[in-house]
Amino acid sequence: MTKAKNFRLNFHFLANPARFIRFTNKIFPWVLIIAIASIVSGLILGLAIVPPDYQQGDAYRIIFVHVPSAWMGLFIYAVMAFSCAVGIIWRHPLAFLISKASAPIGACFTFICLLTGSLWGQPMWGTWWVWDARLTSMLVLLFLYIGYIALNSAFQDSHKGARASSILVLVGVINLPIVKFSVDWWNTLHQPATISKIDSPSIDSSMIAPLLLMIVGFMTYYFTTLIIRVRSEIIDRRIKKIRLEQTRAMNE
Amino acid sequence: MVMKGKNYLSGNNSASFVAIFKRDIRLALRNGIGSFIAVIFFVITVTLFPLAVGPELNLLTRVAPGVLWVCALLSTMLSLDSLFREDFEDGNLEQIVLGVLPLELVVLSKAFAHWVTTGLPLIICAPVLAVLLNMSGKGFIVLILSLLLGTPALSMIGTVGAALTVSLRRGGVLIALLVLPLSVPILIFGVGAVEGAIFGLGERSPLLILAGGFVASLVLAPIASAAALKMAVE
Repeated sequence: MTKAKNFRLNFHFLANPARFIRFTNKIFPWVLIIAIASIVSGLILGLAIVPPDYQQGDAYRIIFVHVPSAWMGLFIYAVMAFSCAVGIIWRHPLAFLISKASAPIGACFTFICLLTGSLWGQPMWGTWWVWDARLTSMLVLLFLYIGYIALNSAFQDSHKGARASSILVLVGVINLPIVKFSVDWWNTLHQPATISKIDSPSIDSSMIAPLLLMIVGFMTYYFTTLIIRVRSEIIDRRIKKIRLEQTRAMNE
Repeated sequence: MVMKGKNYLSGNNSASFVAIFKRDIRLALRNGIGSFIAVIFFVITVTLFPLAVGPELNLLTRVAPGVLWVCALLSTMLSLDSLFREDFEDGNLEQIVLGVLPLELVVLSKAFAHWVTTGLPLIICAPVLAVLLNMSGKGFIVLILSLLLGTPALSMIGTVGAALTVSLRRGGVLIALLVLPLSVPILIFGVGAVEGAIFGLGERSPLLILAGGFVASLVLAPIASAAALKMAVE
C-alpha cells in the first residue's frame, strides 16, 4: 500500500517542469559518471582482458556492444510506449516530452544493433544479412522509430503531433514481443538469448561481467542523453512562449 | 457530399453502419475510372516484374506469390489517403463524430467499404495475373484464400495510418511509412501460405496465423483509428 502511494507521489513529483529540471540537475553528474565509468571499464574488460572464444576467436567481442544496444532498442521503445500511455491517460505534462526525446536515441541503438550484428555475421555466418525473424523484426522496430519521428514532426502544432504519434507507438508495441520471442518461435540462424537463463547461462562467467557493465553503461548513457534532451525541449518551449508574449506585447 | 444525412446521424447503430457503408461505396463508384485506380495500379505493377527480372518462366514461377502479394499491399496503400481525408475537409467527419454510431464502428464500416472497392477487385484480378506469372496451379485456391484473409487486415491496419495523417496536408507518403512496417506480418504469412501450398510445406498454419492477424486487426485497429480521428476533429 505504502509502496503504491510512494509510486504515485514520485509519479506526480516530476510533473512540474521546473521541479524536473532541479531534480535532474542534482542527479545528472552521478548518472554521467556511472555511464562513463561502466562503458570505459566494460570496453577495456571486454575487448582486452576477457579471453577469446574457443570457437569464434576475437570476433565474438562485438556482442559487448551488440547485445546491450539490442536491449536498449527494445527497452527504449517500451519506455516510449509507457510514457505515451501515461500521456494519453493522465495527460502528464512530461510524458510526451520523454517519448519524443527518447525516439532518436532508441533509433540509434537499434541501428547500432543491426550494424554490429551485420559486421559479426559476415565472418561467422558468411553473409552480412539474412532475412530471419529476429533481424527482420528488429528492422521493423527501426522503421517504427522512424515513422514515429516523422509523424511527430509532421504536425505544425507540436501538442497535436505528440498525441497522434503516441497512438502509433502504442499500435507498434505489438512488435516488441515478436522481436523478443522470434528466436524461440522460429528456428532460425540467429542464436537464442545468451544470458536469459539466470541459473545456467550459456556464456562463460568471465564474459558476463563486461556484458553487464556495458548494459549498465548504455542504460545510464540513455538517461544522461534523455535528461539533456528533455531539458532542452523544456527550455525550447519556454523560449517560444516568451517570444510569443513579446510579439503579442509589441502588437498591443 | 452530404447524402441523406439523417441516415448516419440518427436512428439505430446498424442502420447508420449500413448508411455509411453504402454512402462510401456510392462515392467510390461515382468517381468513374478513379474507383478502379487501385486495381489498375495492381495490374500495372505486376506486369512490371517480368519486364524487370526477365521473362524466364522458372524464375517467374518462383517469385509469383511474392510479387502478387507485394503489389496487392502497395495498391491497398494507394487508396488509403482518401479514406477519411475528403470527409475531414468538407466537415462531414465532424458530423459523423457527433452522430449516434460509435466512432469505432464508423471506422469499421468505412474500412469495409474500402475493402469492397479495392481489396475485392484485387482478389478477382489476382488469379488472372497469377496465370501470366506462370504460378503453379497448386497455389491458386490458397492465393485467393490468403488474399481474402489478408486484404481486409491490410485495410484495417491502413485505417490507423489514414486516421493519424488525416489533418496533415501531405499525408500520402507518410501513410506508407507508418503502415508498411505494421503490414509486414500479413505479407510474410500471406506469401508463406501460398508458397507452402506450392512447395508442399503445408498452407494450414500460415493461413491460421493470417486469420488470427485478420481478427486482431479487426478488433484493435478501429480503437486506434477512432482515437486518432477524435484528436483530428478536436
